[in-house]
Order: sequence, then C-alpha cells, then structure tokens
Amino acid sequence: MPKFDEPEFYEHEDLLSVDWHPPKTGWMETPVDFRHGTYIYSGKPKNLEVLELPNQREWHVTEEDWKLPEGWKRTVLDGMADRLQKYRTFRIFMDTCVRCGACADKCHFFIGSGDPKNMPVLRAELLRSIYRRDFTALGKVFGSLAGGRELTEDVIKEWFYYFFQCTECRRCSVFCPYGIDTAEITMIGRELLGLLGLYVNWVIEPVANCFKVGNHLGIQPHGLADTLEFMAEDIAEATGIKVDIPINKKGAEILFVTPSGDFVADPGIYTCMAYMLLFHELGIDYTWSTYASDGGNFGLFTSHEAMKRLNAKIYTEAKRLGVKWILGGECGHMWRVIHQYMDTMNGPADFLEVPRSPITGTVFEHAGSTKMIHIMEFTADLIRHGKLDLDPSRNDHIRVTFHDSCNPARAMGIFEEPRYVIRNVCNNFFEMPENTIREQTFCCGGGAGLGTDENMEMRLRGGLPRGNAVRFVQQKYGVNQLAAMCAIDRATLVTVADYWAPGVKVTGISELVVNAMKLTGEKKRTHNLRLEPIPGMAEDGEDADDE
Amino acid sequence: MRILIPLAAVGGLFLVGLLGAVQGMGWIFGVALPYLAVALFIGGLIYRVMKWANAAVPFRIPTTCGQQKSLSWIKQNKLDNPYTTLQATGRMALEILLFRSLLRNTKAELLDREKLVYATDLSLWIGALAMHWTFLIILIRHLRFFTNPVPYFVTFVEKADGFMEVGVPVIFATTGVFLVAVAYLLFRRLSNPQLRYISLVGDYFPLFLLLGIGISGFFLRHLAKTDVTAIKELALSWTRLAPVVPESVSPLFYGHLFLVSILLAYFPFSKLVHMAGVFLSPTRNLANNNRAVRHVNPWDYPVKVHSYEEYEDELRDKMKAAGIPVERQ
Repeated sequence: MPKFDEPEFYEHEDLLSVDWHPPKTGWMETPVDFRHGTYIYSGKPKNLEVLELPNQREWHVTEEDWKLPEGWKRTVLDGMADRLQKYRTFRIFMDTCVRCGACADKCHFFIGSGDPKNMPVLRAELLRSIYRRDFTALGKVFGSLAGGRELTEDVIKEWFYYFFQCTECRRCSVFCPYGIDTAEITMIGRELLGLLGLYVNWVIEPVANCFKVGNHLGIQPHGLADTLEFMAEDIAEATGIKVDIPINKKGAEILFVTPSGDFVADPGIYTCMAYMLLFHELGIDYTWSTYASDGGNFGLFTSHEAMKRLNAKIYTEAKRLGVKWILGGECGHMWRVIHQYMDTMNGPADFLEVPRSPITGTVFEHAGSTKMIHIMEFTADLIRHGKLDLDPSRNDHIRVTFHDSCNPARAMGIFEEPRYVIRNVCNNFFEMPENTIREQTFCCGGGAGLGTDENMEMRLRGGLPRGNAVRFVQQKYGVNQLAAMCAIDRATLVTVADYWAPGVKVTGISELVVNAMKLTGEKKRTHNLRLEPIPGMAEDGEDADDE
Repeated sequence: MRILIPLAAVGGLFLVGLLGAVQGMGWIFGVALPYLAVALFIGGLIYRVMKWANAAVPFRIPTTCGQQKSLSWIKQNKLDNPYTTLQATGRMALEILLFRSLLRNTKAELLDREKLVYATDLSLWIGALAMHWTFLIILIRHLRFFTNPVPYFVTFVEKADGFMEVGVPVIFATTGVFLVAVAYLLFRRLSNPQLRYISLVGDYFPLFLLLGIGISGFFLRHLAKTDVTAIKELALSWTRLAPVVPESVSPLFYGHLFLVSILLAYFPFSKLVHMAGVFLSPTRNLANNNRAVRHVNPWDYPVKVHSYEEYEDELRDKMKAAGIPVERQ
C-alpha cells in the first residue's frame, strides 16, 4: 500500500474532482485541517541553533501546543509594525487590495485544491485582517465589521499552513491591477512566523547546511570534488573526452555558481555534466567553488536576513579567488536572488569586471553592476556568433517543450534566450498553451521550499495546471521531454510529469545543448550524457526511447 | 449581513442627508459637512500617501511580464518589462489609464474533469474601465457648478457626452454607463461564489454609495425639479470660501450631497485609496534594470555570515586530502 508521501497514494479522479465553490462557513470561521500530505514538518532545533534563530525547541505541527515564546503576540505585532515601515510593498499591498478577484483562479494551488484560502487574495487577507484591526483607523473603530480579526494561536497556525502552501511564484501578481505580489506577502508572513521559531524543516535545514558548509545539501568540499569527478567519468564514457575540474582555483577568469540540486539529483546531474563539457570545449578559464557551492538560496524562503546571509558567499568568494566575473547556472529562485537582491544586499561588486564573453567578446552591459550573467544569456550569445558546432539532429528523438520557471520569468523576464537556444539544438520544439507559459507560466508546485514528499498531495494538486499543459502537448505533438532551467523543477517536475503526463521526461537546457554539440576529439557519440543509446547512433541499433 | 449592513447604511445616510433641506440645517449639510469631508479627503489622502512614501523600498522587485533587456539582438518588451524610468512610466500609464493587468484576465475551467482551459475574460476589465472612466467624466462635468465662466474643456466634455441628444435636459451617455457599470460590479460580486466569499462590508459599501450617488444625481437632473442656479451659487460660494446657503434647494440635493460628502470622507480610510496606491506599487513602478544599476537599501545592516576563514578552519584537513587548494596549510 502506498503512503501519503507517495504519488501512487492519490487517485487521479480524486484530485481532479476539485470543487472551486467555497464552503458554507466563512473563511474566518473555517479552521485549518492539518491533513497528512498537505503540510510540511516542523523545523528541527539543531538547524535553528546553527543559524542562531529564536525559540529553538522540539515542536510538532499536529500537536495542540506549538510552544510559542512568551509574549508572542507582541512579537508578531511589533514585527508587523517594523516591516510596514521597512517595506513599502507590504504597506501598499495591505492597503490597496479591492478584492476584485482577478487573482483568484490564477494560483496553481487554488486551481488544484479549490481551497479558498489558496486564492491569493485570501492568502493575503490572512495577514490583512490582522493589519486592519491593529494598524488602521477603520479597523480600530469598527473591528470585524471592517474586516478585522484578533491575532490568536489559530491565526498563527493558519498562517503557517497557508504561507507554506504558496510557492512565491508571483503568477497572481501579473494579473493584479495594483501589482500586489503574494510572494512578498508570503515572505513577510514567513518572517513573522520565524520570529516565533516556526519554520519547516525542509527549508530551514538546507539553510543551516548552506550557511555552514556552502550548499543546501551539506556536501562537504571533498564530497563535491568526488561528485564532480564521478560526473567527469560519465562524461568520458559518453563522449571520450576527459574534462578538467577546476575547484577553488585562484585567478580564474570566471566563477561558476549553480544550484546544488544539480550535484546529486537525476536529471539535474546531466545539466551539471553539460556545464563541465561546455566549458571544457570552449576552453574557458573558470572555477567551481566549494565555499559558494550553491547559487540556490533557501534563505529567500525564510527571511530577507537569511537570504542575505547565504548570498554573501558568492561575492566573498569571487573576491577571494580574484575572478573577473560570475556565471550562473540554470536555476529559478537563485536567479530571483541574483537578479533582484544580490547587488543590493551584498554589493557593490566593484572588484569585478563587467562580464565579457572570452569567446565572442560580447560585453554583457545589462549585468554591468551585478557582474553576473545567466548561462542561457551566455550560451545564446555563443550560438548567435556561431561558436558552437551544433548538430541538432542528434536530438531528433526528442520532442521537447519548455517550462518557464517562475522566477526567471516573472522576476527577470528571460524568455527568448532559452527558446533561442532550444530552437538551435532541437529540431522538434513545441510550446505549451499560451496561458501557461512565459509570464503566465505555472509553477511546478514545489517551489519556495515545498518540494518535499511529505507535502505530496499539495505538490500534485499544485502541479495540476502545469501537468495538464504538458499532457496537452504530449497528446497533440507527441512531446516526450520537458525542458526547464531550474533545479527545483528538475527535481519536482519529474514527479508532476510522471503523475499527470506519464512518459514525459525532464531535462535541463544545457543538457540538450551538449548532446547536440560536435565536440573536439569526441568519439562516435552513441550515447547521450545519461548514457542512454541515441536512436540512430547506436551501433547495434538498439532504441533508447521506446515510450 | 455583509451585504445588508452597508446597504442599510447607505440608505440611512441618504435619509439623514435629506435633513439638509430642513430650515436651519442647510449650514450643516450644505456647508460644514462638505467642508469637513473635503478636509478629510485631502488630509487623509496626504496622510496615507505620506505613510507609503515614508516606508522604504529596500529592494527593486518589479514583476516582469515580458522579455528582459539583455543581448542586443533580442527584442525587449519595453512596456511589460521596462528597463528605464521612462519605460516604467509608460508601464504605469498603461496600468493607470487602461488597467493593463486586468486586460490579461482569464477564467480557468476544468472541462470533463480532466482538461484545464483558460479563456480570456474581459468582463471585469470592461466593467472596471467603464466605471472609472465615466466617473471621471462625471466629475469633470460637475466642474460646471464650480466655475464661472465654465471652461471650454468642461462644455466640450458635456457636448461629447450628450451626443445622443435625447431628452430635455440631454441625457448624458456616461450617466447610464456609470450606473450600469456599478450595478454590474455589484452583480458580479454577488453572483460569483468565490468573489462573494472574499467580499467584506468594505467592498459592498462603496458600491452602494456610488449607486446612491449616481441614482440621486440622475433624479436631480432629469426627474426632480431642481433649482440648478441655486446649487451653482452654493458651489461657487464654496470655492470663494464665503458659503451662502440658498433657500430653494430640494431635500434630494442634500441627500446627494451628503452621500458625496460621505464618499469623500470615507475614501482615504478605505480600500478606495487604491487610486493613490497604484502609483506607488513597487512591483509596477520600478525599472527592471537590477543588474545594471545597483539599488540601495536605506536600512541595510550587516548580518552574521559564516566566513571563508571559519569554513576553511572547519574543513581544512578534508580539503587538503581531496587536493583542494587552501589559504593556510
């Protein structure tokens, strides 16, 4: 019998019989139901200890007593007051919502669950109702008549449940006439919970690991060296090429930073291998870092302070190693942090130079201050200048679609670069329906630290819109691969695709690139980086893709 | 209750307003309360905007809704992903004048319990655009009461608005559109189960108030005998700060005026401040040039990090064993 943390536990018919009609009881009177599969386990005290966070203790979500600290109510209200002053977003978003409902059916969790508190507007109202009662004139006078309510322990539990049921994907913010960004609301909400020592372990453990060891997975430097070594062996087997593995190399031109998920998880590892192969082929002078061995930043899912603490390593390491500029791998939330926060938090990076491609000479002026560019910007420029010897027919057995990851889409706007690259390395590229891509893209359902198996029901529900769009192109065009430039996607979309569109595999874009590249000194390419035989290339005619 | 209370409140307020026609009450309803309302409106709005303006913008976090500016040969979407202040201004203009984001609105549907589809849904965009623009035009038309001579743009708007040339006095197209639009927005809020679920007293009250103002206004112009000259005298006397309460003004006018006064006073303290708030929304009004121009956080503070030295001290032996270069042996 499958358990609640396994996809098989859930029947398709059950998940598809979503009722978008709200319940009879008003939302303020409907208590939270902590049901297995829909919430994430509590943060362990050892992780809070590493980070020196308050209220370190054992506690459990399903227990009545969450062991909130003395004076917790004051702490939360003071925390709100403080943030209302520090974040114009927070104050504006508390004040301007007119409850027009445009955001309601834009959230993948609402679409997949029908729970009205997953409508972005209600998620924000969870906080706004407290704000109104304690911080506005009308709320102070009219109380509940003005939509205010008292801050109680039940409210805290509700916040915990729903702020960890938001992937901070910002899709709702695209549709909001005032640009109200639920990611911002959720981030502030999680910060307030953090003041009481309320974290989920799936987020706070990676943060502790990253703080201490340099990456979320807690891979120590020698472990990372081993991991990259193993990958190099597989690369050699697939291509006959022996790649170098520069680690913590002082004086390298480029520091390469990518999410640590790609060091260990299939299929992320193939993307990682692709980077090594690409850099080898180009002969560029780059280095990995063990200290800054994660571009991903679960601090973003914890608090602004945690984000800054983790992100600081990248510039520190760039300075220590004396590199000229930084190149970033395929990642979603990492790019939100790099693009929208890093320079402000840990800059100015005046010790670095404006990124300049050593191969094409292109100067990336748009990264003139941050000094860090995206691998897709880098690769698109290479292809544009004809610097890659490509044979897209090597990918002819792949019929690929592209999933825009939330953060690169809505916190950056990198839409054309990856598409340009894919079109140049794959002959069969098919877009999903327009309301599910680009700025309207749907989350994988596991972003913002929700991609754990104990949260399986919500992941599958939240993954429904994306899964449904994938199935659409699978049926219409025979799509068999889903490309995504995000490490969380490469971990979570596998589950979503297996469940909602079985037969579609997940891949990074760089993997597609190197599989199409004619490499100097390569042996006859019969196998791809996954060491699967390439149809038409294999000696004995065996077929890799029999699905 | 969330519907009846605001409905009763608006009805009650209207009845209270009628008292303005009672002998001796004209000064209260025709002078004191309108002045108070305007003061609250202006003062409240300044207070709210100052509150927002005083809150910091620590990070530049625009929501990007189009292609970024990166490589020279990739076409940037200047209005949905602005790179310069000018482009961001363009984005704001689209948002404020044309409700750009609402124009994207879709409606999700699950067909046959298996196919999710998203249809373009312009009903809210049309309803909202119609309500806001006609409201603005109606406000402009009302300037006739406050000016002597009436400026050209006001008579021009009136003329355009009365293009149908139906009725005496001419029925303005905007009056009808406004009432229909407000009624539609109310109907939408009541009939859509999700919307009804999230709606608060503060969502119904302004709609009832606008309906009350619109209907009483229509009656004043078309159905009730109203001494327009007297009303204009009153309005002009307000602007001269030397208010004179005329004798011959009907109770209906006072009802209308009182509801308008309530609207003005209520405005800054309610969700209606979105009118001002939209200008300051950091996800819309900032350029997405983050990597080119450094944004400074005014309250930035140093945080505790795990330094490289600490890291190497903890892991030096393992690093050396793996052949990874270290700073100190």
